[in-house]
Amino acid sequence: MKKRGGLLAAPYTVWMALFTVIPMLLVVYFAFTGEDGRFTFGNFSQLLGYGAVFGRSFWLAALATVVCLAVGYPLAYAMSRETGAVRNTAMLLLMLPMWINILLRTYAWMSILENKGLLNQLLSFLRLPPVRIINTPAAVALGMVYNYLPFMVLPILTVIQKIDGSVIEAAQDLGGSQFTVFKRVILPLSLPGVLSGVTMVFVPGVSTFIISQLLGGGKSMMLGDLIEMQFLGSTYNPYLGSAISLVMMVIVLISMAVMNRFGEGEEEVMVL
Amino acid sequence: MKKELIRLVDCTMAFDGEIVLNAINLTIHNKEFLTLLGPSGCGKTTTLRIIGGFETPTSGSVLFDGVRINEVPPHKRRVNTVFQKYALFPHLNVFENVAFGLRIPQSVPVTEGGKTRQKKVRLQEAEIGQRVQDALELVGLKGYHRRRVHQLSGGQQQRVAIARAIVNRPQVLLLDEPLGALDLKLRKEMQHELKEIQQQVGITFVYVTHDQEEALTMSDTVVVMNQGNIQQIGTPVDIYNEPVNAFVADFIGESNIIQGVMHRDNDVSFAGKRFLCVDSGFDPDQPVDVVIRPEDVRLTAPKDGQLRGTVNSVTFKGVFYEIYVDVGELEWMVHSTAAPKVGDEVGLCLTPEDIHVMDRPDLFPEGAEALTIEDIDPEPDFEDKYVDEEPPEAEL
Ligand SMILES: Nc1ncnc2c1ncn2[C@@H]1O[C@H](COP(=O)(O)OP(=O)(O)O)[C@@H](O)[C@H]1O
Ligand SMILES: [Mg+2]
Repeated sequence: MKKRGGLLAAPYTVWMALFTVIPMLLVVYFAFTGEDGRFTFGNFSQLLGYGAVFGRSFWLAALATVVCLAVGYPLAYAMSRETGAVRNTAMLLLMLPMWINILLRTYAWMSILENKGLLNQLLSFLRLPPVRIINTPAAVALGMVYNYLPFMVLPILTVIQKIDGSVIEAAQDLGGSQFTVFKRVILPLSLPGVLSGVTMVFVPGVSTFIISQLLGGGKSMMLGDLIEMQFLGSTYNPYLGSAISLVMMVIVLISMAVMNRFGEGEEEVMVL
Repeated sequence: MKKELIRLVDCTMAFDGEIVLNAINLTIHNKEFLTLLGPSGCGKTTTLRIIGGFETPTSGSVLFDGVRINEVPPHKRRVNTVFQKYALFPHLNVFENVAFGLRIPQSVPVTEGGKTRQKKVRLQEAEIGQRVQDALELVGLKGYHRRRVHQLSGGQQQRVAIARAIVNRPQVLLLDEPLGALDLKLRKEMQHELKEIQQQVGITFVYVTHDQEEALTMSDTVVVMNQGNIQQIGTPVDIYNEPVNAFVADFIGESNIIQGVMHRDNDVSFAGKRFLCVDSGFDPDQPVDVVIRPEDVRLTAPKDGQLRGTVNSVTFKGVFYEIYVDVGELEWMVHSTAAPKVGDEVGLCLTPEDIHVMDRPDLFPEGAEALTIEDIDPEPDFEDKYVDEEPPEAEL
């Protein structure tokens, strides 16, 4: 029985080995290798010069995550309370952008946010002063929120939907108003969804690229752009690119571990 | 007579135009143990949910202490529910599950400078702790307060659900088949304990079950329901001894139900014979149901019996034998301490008191489905009488 199970998993095991484990090992190998092919820590000392890019990447990813959560949680909650056509329409509107190529979506945002773009035309039509938002970190954050919002909403929605209706009725029965029921039952029970939503926005958020180039101009370079440059761009240096990737991955892993711990702690507090 | 606490007046409930409760009238008295008994799907849960505030009747009134509460939401009713599937909070431990209702601020009237107003009051942590411990002790779960609910057995979860409800000292506790998921032995124990708890805390229990034995052993009042209608309301003894129709007789305990004709008072014929009986007040030659309890039938030698039959099967049931006797067109069930052999010829004897003659109700009259929501007057005129001067805001 066990053998059979192992056999069934074989294609996936091979896949993992070929496309996950081996590339990871290569990244580690390159990160500790100099241009002369010798072992070195030199790539990491070069990283110090890119502190600002690291800072910006994590800061923008965190900002986008917070905004996604602030917008996405109420949206998920509202959707969970709807049924039928309303829910399906909301779901469609949420998913629709994901079916359009990311470049197209981002170009669309460019034309909206440009100095003479749709947004400013609308503002001037309303006799309001124009905003300069294109080529700022704010535009990048906006683009990221737009891109990653579904990844926040869907896990939260799934978890809220799974909450047993009779548990909510029990809370009402015990005297809980709508607000109390939300605060003391729905919110704590939806935390696992929040946790996976945050992960699914923050992790890809840190390595965002293209969005930052198109909406942020040259001034908002993020780690994704920096890594791309090392492998494909003018400053070809896969050793440095690997080192950046490795450090970014370690920082992301640490952030996730801390957050998971925090999430568990939350639950414990609730239990007390 | 005890004080009236809850009254359902002509309560009808329809889902998508389909009637599941048909203008039921029910009075629940203070400190009573009242059981709604009936087969699955007869509307017991719906009745309970109307009292709890989770459903609003399509027409009719729900009165609490004489005040109409149709529109009062569940969290403002002094009623707590033990749900069919416990519905414990999975993210909270036993203590916090029980404390849930106690942690919600209650509005109480306070008088200051001659003026009375509502004030939100929170219980002190010490009092919450004390009351939770008392409730857990009452249900026999002392020392379990730190457990996670998923670590508990079904019976223990059930006790937590009961403790969580009674800790709030509701005036009424609604219990929806609370013992349904437990095995027989545990169920018997819990029946006993629930009855004790009810007497100890002195609150009204409205209990739902489809188990007639449970209903008979625990209740002060049994309400037998079928197909959204109340068939009979009475004490367990009344319901058992004087069922008003064949449905109740059949549902409460085991019965032989035989179609017969009531010729005149005290004269009924069935199974091809005429019998003397104690019933009267039927139309001449009215078709009736004759109900005979298996333990009332006496087995005799074939020549001494009023009816004759052949024994089809004999099953030992502990205190008695359950014997099926083929009497012409019908197989009768007889309980007897003596065991005949399969294939034996036996006589069956009945005294007039053993014969219960009942109207044959048209439970499913022709065109019953034709009754739809349009047939129900949405604004019966009694409503106004019970509307209190206070807006329904007034908490119960
Ligand atoms: N929310 C609902 N929507 C539609 N039909 C319902 C709903 N609740 C109950 N019913 C129907 O009402 C009838 C009575 O249900 P219920 O009160 O749960 O019966 P019981 O508790 O006696 O088994 C059933 O036929 C059930 O299908
Ligand atoms: Mg039910």
